[in-house]
Amino acid sequence: MDDLIAEFLTETNESLAEADLALVKLERTPDDAATLSLIFRLVHTIKGTCGFLGLPRLERVAHAAENVLGKLRDRELVATTAVVTPVLAALDRIKLIVAGLGATGTEPQGDDSAVIAALERAADGEPPAAALESVAGAEAEPNEAPPADAPTSDVAVGSQTIRVSVEVLEELMTLVGELVLTRNQLMQISRAEGTNAFTAPLQRLSHITSDLQEGVMKTRMQPIGNAWNKLPRLVRDLAHETSKKIQLDMHGQDTELDRQVLELMRDPLTHMVRNSADHGLETPDVRRAAGKSETGKITLNAYHEGGHILIEIADDGYGLNVVKIREKVLSKGLATEAELAAMSEAEIKNFIFRAGFSTAAAITAISGRGVGMDVVRSNIERIGGTVELSSTLGQGTIFTIKIPLTLAIVSALIVRANGERFAIPQISVLELVRVGRDGAAKGQGMAIERIGTTPVLRLRDQLLPLVTLGELLRLERTDTEPVSATVVVTTVGSGMLGIVVDDVYDTEEIVVKPVAPILRHVTMFSGNTILGDGSVIMILDPNGVARSAGVSTSRNRREENERGFTSTRSDDGTALLVFRAGGEAAPRAVPLSLVARLEDIERSKIERSGGGFVTQYRGKLMPLVAMGEIAPPTDETESTQPVLVFADGERIMGLMVDMIVDVVHDRLNIELGSSRDGILGTAVVAGQAAEVLDTSYWLTQAWRDWFGNAQSAQTRKKRLLIVEDSDFFRQLLVPALAAQGFEVTAAGSAAEALRLRDAGLELDAIISDIEMPDMNGIEFARCVREGGPWASLPMIALSGRASPADEARGREAGFTDYCHKFERETLMESLKQCLNEQVLM
Amino acid sequence: MAGGRPGLGAAAADDELAFVTLMLGEQLCGVPVLCVRDVLADQTIARIPLAPSEVAGNLNLRGRIVTAIDLRERLRLPRRAPGTPAMSIVTEQGSELYALLVDQVSEVLTLRRSKMEPNPPTLPAIWAENSEGIYRLDQGLMVILSVDRLLQLDLAAVA
Repeated sequence: MDDLIAEFLTETNESLAEADLALVKLERTPDDAATLSLIFRLVHTIKGTCGFLGLPRLERVAHAAENVLGKLRDRELVATTAVVTPVLAALDRIKLIVAGLGATGTEPQGDDSAVIAALERAADGEPPAAALESVAGAEAEPNEAPPADAPTSDVAVGSQTIRVSVEVLEELMTLVGELVLTRNQLMQISRAEGTNAFTAPLQRLSHITSDLQEGVMKTRMQPIGNAWNKLPRLVRDLAHETSKKIQLDMHGQDTELDRQVLELMRDPLTHMVRNSADHGLETPDVRRAAGKSETGKITLNAYHEGGHILIEIADDGYGLNVVKIREKVLSKGLATEAELAAMSEAEIKNFIFRAGFSTAAAITAISGRGVGMDVVRSNIERIGGTVELSSTLGQGTIFTIKIPLTLAIVSALIVRANGERFAIPQISVLELVRVGRDGAAKGQGMAIERIGTTPVLRLRDQLLPLVTLGELLRLERTDTEPVSATVVVTTVGSGMLGIVVDDVYDTEEIVVKPVAPILRHVTMFSGNTILGDGSVIMILDPNGVARSAGVSTSRNRREENERGFTSTRSDDGTALLVFRAGGEAAPRAVPLSLVARLEDIERSKIERSGGGFVTQYRGKLMPLVAMGEIAPPTDETESTQPVLVFADGERIMGLMVDMIVDVVHDRLNIELGSSRDGILGTAVVAGQAAEVLDTSYWLTQAWRDWFGNAQSAQTRKKRLLIVEDSDFFRQLLVPALAAQGFEVTAAGSAAEALRLRDAGLELDAIISDIEMPDMNGIEFARCVREGGPWASLPMIALSGRASPADEARGREAGFTDYCHKFERETLMESLKQCLNEQVLM
Repeated sequence: MAGGRPGLGAAAADDELAFVTLMLGEQLCGVPVLCVRDVLADQTIARIPLAPSEVAGNLNLRGRIVTAIDLRERLRLPRRAPGTPAMSIVTEQGSELYALLVDQVSEVLTLRRSKMEPNPPTLPAIWAENSEGIYRLDQGLMVILSVDRLLQLDLAAVA
């Protein structure tokens, strides 16, 4: 049966019962204006609805009755039995028709002329035809044929739906919640007690409770279409205002979800559709130019998936323009260029969900969306949902919202941290990973690694930021620290976060209770609940946890935090080659820009010569240097040897490594202080500690052995000092200069350089950066020139800015020459000149 | 009802206030009996991480979650020795239940409203903020605590 008809039947049956009572009352108190207008309204409504639904027979009868009632109301008639009887007869007839309608879905056939004639006579104030009673009765006889089971049918219609106030349902839900808790409690006791006389009835009780819970939940379910029904109008109006052609397709309107969730979803959904129409779709001419159909399409789709509802809002408009979002992010100061450089496109697109990303006017000018998308996201997250987006430039954008079916009772994972238990809603849990604590179980399974003090987990191809629940909640450890832990991998926003807990117990259906107002500021909890054993535990909100831990959904927030304990850092993301060498498991890294080529050289082609190895490479002999112990080249198991080729001008050398692991794009944060030869220090590369190669060391290893001896015998190497705050440039320059036969010392700051001077370091020349924190190059030059052993040394300024004015300023401060940072050739030329001049002096 | 007063007429009933008396350390205190929903013996209290220090934790009162406020902590009194049982007075504020942890709940006293005296000006601020007034009783001075004000934790200080 049509939903509308069913609803009409319910409503009409209620109205008729009410009208019956009122009419009888009216007969006794004909002057009761209130009762009269009540009846009039009821019949009027029935008439109106019939007309709307196309039920002509009902409409005619109701219309005739309404006429009489109208005259009664206007005091043209007095409510005597003569007047009321035909109205009651009309109501009976309406009931009859309604019953037929309920049984068959269509109006039954029949003749209502006698009833209508009686009503007309009553309306005209004429005495009723004596035969009316019998006519009405006689009429009813044949008509009763189709709905012969009128009374039962009536009952059926009446019981199909009843109206229950929302409060009653809420109350029921609360009671069921309590029942579920008590059931859980009983089951727990029962499990502990073992099998006894209560076991079987308890099992039944448990099943019935589950069924009851499901049943009561169903009463609260409403089709999502209820939240969508205003959208066609909204889209139509928007299309009109923006002169666009928009088609709105809706699928899965019947998908049901809890009305509380539905209410909370209504605004975000409206907002997102409005966004799609307003900013996502192009105007017809733009679409035509892009080879699309003039009419833009917005598609809403809702469906169930594993206890959740998925809602997709898709448009076939512009799509998100990463370039423009990037500009916007920079102009709003939401991230630095370097941070953006390290982000994937998906991460950049997610900026539209960031607070402060956009205002309506500004966003319209760029590509898209973002009008309060942060609000949309936080609203969705508030009900334990997530929102993801995927977008292809020129093809459109799809938002996918995942929300729980209901808020009242959720499935949650019970975990333990430092002896306390917590619940984590299942919806945000992706997987559980058992790990060894801080490499305790190295080699067997996965282990937590640390970068500085930040724990991370390598999970397949991703690096998962971790928070240790106990530490985050500042729980004292009362029990002994277990050797293994479990990482609960959760989705937060569009990213992932691993929550490290000591143990995972079980999943349990929990009844979410809000936290007391005095605890609202603790945003890490979304509520609390009572477990089966009667204990009260807190429900964790993974999004709140992520915020509290300072982990944003993208990686870079974490790196921002790291800035606190790394003293120096380069400004730019760098492509780094990660490899293993010397038979050690720890990865090594070298800036990819320093590596000329990666080669696999056949072992048979590697020859021993003098104290080292050489191979023929592109028609030349290339020295090969091994890092640490390497397997003898005659080893048959591996026929090729991976080699990193470093080249500088005419000279090349190969560094033999065990394995090339990866090329990653990351910032190079070297924590200086390695005492090992050939290692600059340790840096965090792709979230893992890696030793960064001191290329200069390995280059000189090759050249000293193969070419360098003769050279160094002739002249003492010139000693250079490089003062440069950027690790990256320092690292770039040191090997480059070393390759030219200089002995290079590096200092990370002017102050460090001055300390070296005071420590008695002897030099031939100084190369200094200009832009440095604390003491800049200009000040440093003045300081050097003021006196001391370095006062007369040639000084070359290196700067990203090399305007004539800058150069003049540099020379004035005491620099001998001024070079642009990126021009290596100029620097070499300048050095040669300076040093020769000095020799001449 | 303890302290019933023979000889006082019905008219005088308006002048009477009933208090639940309790001990906090050495101090005798009272809260209006109308604020009290329940008196509980020592309960299992689940502590809440990151909560203000006054919040002792949550307890389960017949399926309802009750937030427990330790009045010793709230009134800056020395902490209860570990293992010492505490009693709680359950009170309701804005449909939320709170349990006020005290050392001992004693009896119900009916006292005349007019006998209540204002706080002496020298009362320490933390007491003055939470006290409605003082009664002079044979067994000592009784501070009448304001439940509303006790439940107003200074969130700005902990946030």
